[in-house]
Amino acid sequence: MDLQIALLLGQDGITNGAIYALLALALVLVFAVTRVIFIPQGEFVAFGALTLVSLQTGRLPGTIWLLLALGTVIVLIDGSIALRDRQFRRLPMILLLNCGVPLMLGGALLALSPAGLPLPVQVVLALMLVVPLGPMIYRLAYQPIAGASVLALLIVSVAVHVTLIGIGLLFFGAEGSRTLAFTDISFEVGDALLQGQTILVVVASLVLIVALYFFFERTIYGKALRATAMNRTGARLMGISGTLAGMLSFTLAAAIGAFSGILISPITTIYYDSGFLIGLKGFVGAIIGGLASYPVAAAGAVLVGLLESYSSFWASAFKEVIVFTSIIPVLVWRSLKTRHVEEE
Amino acid sequence: MSRSARPRSVLVLFIAVLLAAPLLLPEFYVTLLNYIGLYAIVALGLVLLTGVGGLTSFGQAAFVGIGAYTTAYLTTVHGVSPWLTLPAGLLVTGVVALSLGLVTLRLSGHFLPLGTIAWGIALYYLFGNVSALGGHTGISGIPALQLFDLELRSGREFFYLIWAALLVIILATRNLLDSREGRAIRALKGGSLMAEAMGVDTPRSKIVIFTVAALYASMSGWLYAHLQRFINPTPFSLTQGIEYLFMAVVGGVSHVWGAIVGAGLITVLKQWLQDLLPSLLGKSGNFEMIVFGVLMILVLQRARDGVWPIVQRLFPAPPARARPVEAQALPRRPLPAPGAVLLDVREASKRFGGLVANDRMSFRVRAGEVMALIGPNGAGKSTMFDGISGVDPLTSGAVSFRGERIESLPARQIARRGMSRTFQHVRLLPAMTVLENVAIGTHLRGRKSFLAAACRADREEEARLLSEAAAQIERCGLAGQMYELAGSLPLGKQRIVEIARALAADPCLLLLDEPAAGLRYLEKQALAELLRRLRAEGIGILLVEHDMDFVMGLAHRVVVMEFGQKLAAGLPEEIQRNPAVVEAYLGGVE
Repeated sequence: MDLQIALLLGQDGITNGAIYALLALALVLVFAVTRVIFIPQGEFVAFGALTLVSLQTGRLPGTIWLLLALGTVIVLIDGSIALRDRQFRRLPMILLLNCGVPLMLGGALLALSPAGLPLPVQVVLALMLVVPLGPMIYRLAYQPIAGASVLALLIVSVAVHVTLIGIGLLFFGAEGSRTLAFTDISFEVGDALLQGQTILVVVASLVLIVALYFFFERTIYGKALRATAMNRTGARLMGISGTLAGMLSFTLAAAIGAFSGILISPITTIYYDSGFLIGLKGFVGAIIGGLASYPVAAAGAVLVGLLESYSSFWASAFKEVIVFTSIIPVLVWRSLKTRHVEEE
Repeated sequence: MSRSARPRSVLVLFIAVLLAAPLLLPEFYVTLLNYIGLYAIVALGLVLLTGVGGLTSFGQAAFVGIGAYTTAYLTTVHGVSPWLTLPAGLLVTGVVALSLGLVTLRLSGHFLPLGTIAWGIALYYLFGNVSALGGHTGISGIPALQLFDLELRSGREFFYLIWAALLVIILATRNLLDSREGRAIRALKGGSLMAEAMGVDTPRSKIVIFTVAALYASMSGWLYAHLQRFINPTPFSLTQGIEYLFMAVVGGVSHVWGAIVGAGLITVLKQWLQDLLPSLLGKSGNFEMIVFGVLMILVLQRARDGVWPIVQRLFPAPPARARPVEAQALPRRPLPAPGAVLLDVREASKRFGGLVANDRMSFRVRAGEVMALIGPNGAGKSTMFDGISGVDPLTSGAVSFRGERIESLPARQIARRGMSRTFQHVRLLPAMTVLENVAIGTHLRGRKSFLAAACRADREEEARLLSEAAAQIERCGLAGQMYELAGSLPLGKQRIVEIARALAADPCLLLLDEPAAGLRYLEKQALAELLRRLRAEGIGILLVEHDMDFVMGLAHRVVVMEFGQKLAAGLPEEIQRNPAVVEAYLGGVE
């Protein structure tokens, strides 16, 4: 391997690592706030990317149907609860949020012919289609058993994951796609060529991480999430609703997932089930951080990206084997550090 | 668990149906039943792991793969007899599962399933990329199994082998769960802390069930390889691993028979959906996973016990049971001479961050005496108990028990030395009977292990343990409730069950945390009488209690705690007159 290849691989590793880091942050966030191990995180990556592909190729993204279907189910459930409790004033809001907004979005898609719109507008449209799925899935799948054990919530996560994979295949088909490049600028640095897209991914990830930092440090909702993560009961006694915290963390996780998908879709071919492996690599990073520390998780994720990129050069067939067995030494190390019996 | 003595006739009928099935059914259904049997073997391991032990794995398909690839490789490349590759596959699986278990099982519960996901993916790619294992095309030409002169070539012949293996495994699993180690396993879900205090090595129990579940999977893989006579990586993927878990959960994850029901339901449903959905949606693909995923979510939200309880209602209820027969009494621990120092606590402190819950506490408990630890709520009494019994170790200080330093030992080691305790917040297993709960207390008095339990070589010892548990229940006045579920008793009675469980361990020092709370007057009298008898036998008792009449009537000496510190110590009469104690309890006169 010469320096040029090393640099190229490093560049690749850091690009992917930045994406894994974003996902790792979302996973740590969701776990800390809701105790849900968010396996379906990766599906948001794929849905984000493939929704943008649909918009760019002038097809109606299948995501809109999912949005409408989930919204309708929520309206049926929440609406009947509101009727039973005679809280008629809640009905218009329930209808508007869950069915009205998706319908308006659908109408906008039909009216605007998104393929001709500028890229930023397409990105915003894709995010508007995918991100609401996060809180909707929380409402339907997790909220009814929010108090269950981590294990039960994990099995629900896996069930949501396989459901979304199936739906992804239904909506987007089995072929992989790429989106148009955001930029085709590139720089010559020494011998190596630095892709504009790479810089964009890394910068966007950093901006998002800094934005998250300010969200958690400076805003009341960010502080509410941190409080819930630290002490659920205490936060509830202070008036922070566990449901709201759950919805909010799922919204953030969905947004991070979809945005990550949009960032990498010009450089990686995304299939309906690509998200899973991408999400799991974020997990490996998150596990390095013990599902608790944000900076360690992010650093771990970048490490995973580099490990993946260099092992694809040395032993490309065993790339996945190497990446996924790399968590074993981490677990050994963690296991040597803990020593008392836990009870859930 | 449904280990009740279900009328044997149902089982006999079931076996008769199985024997007749391959003779009467068309080939297609025999094949389907073969797969159901293979899947049920794997799902049974998950019942043990998830439903009983409260752990889970998404990587079972990888263990199936290890079993299948071991036999495929050894039989095709090295010409080894398939009957030798079964133990070889089990060995490889066992080693892998043990090392994986050692790594992940000491961490909190969610690291194991995450580890198994990573592991499942890694192994799948390994199968697909190692050229010696045939890569993605796999290995073909695996020899058929030969049983004496009979070569098992057709699915009809194989049927009997699969279902015989499944039935043997189900019975062995049921036997295991209905034993000393089985009770320890069933305590893992929601009772690890209590089990440790009763002397159970919970990490070991976890590793054992994880390994057993992996071995079941490996066995299924061996059968699969010789049934198909061809393998490739596809059936050992993570998706299949997830499907196995679905089978266990849908069937009824806490019931051994739920594994068959779940494997049957999912397999038939999958067959049906794979025909229906592509034609309905006009596309081809694994759309049945959408239905399975939604089904799983609904099962977990609405019917956590799966389908089996519904099936179970079709069978007659098990008959009422009699008290376990009297068996030869268990040997007892020689008790120290009355007056000998049992427990010597010196300068014991416990800090939670900045909060000092116990501040340099010192006191002694002697054999044949009741020593009461009293003080207002929040004084640190229960923390002191946790520190002494090793449930939550002290920050500093020394604890000697019968002359031996124990402050750095884990709870199960302390229990082994003759200390037993109850908990202020009752820690019983609500879904187990009173008898079984109390029998957990006898854990350290038996030695028969997993294998003996699985093949019922433990019956004599088991009878002695149960007889001892029954005797302690009767002694505590709960003879009428022996077969009731512990969770159905009123709280006061549950506290008495805790005492019976502690006594079943044959302790020489008993730590009782508020035993009289929630009892009525007459019940308190009976409890006081019981404690007096124990005291007279030479057992030392350390008692935390708020009922002053109860304490003052029983205790030889009293230590009063306030804000984590020792406020006063002495005879009951002295304590009652001590102005500092009166002020701590009633507030000062301004």
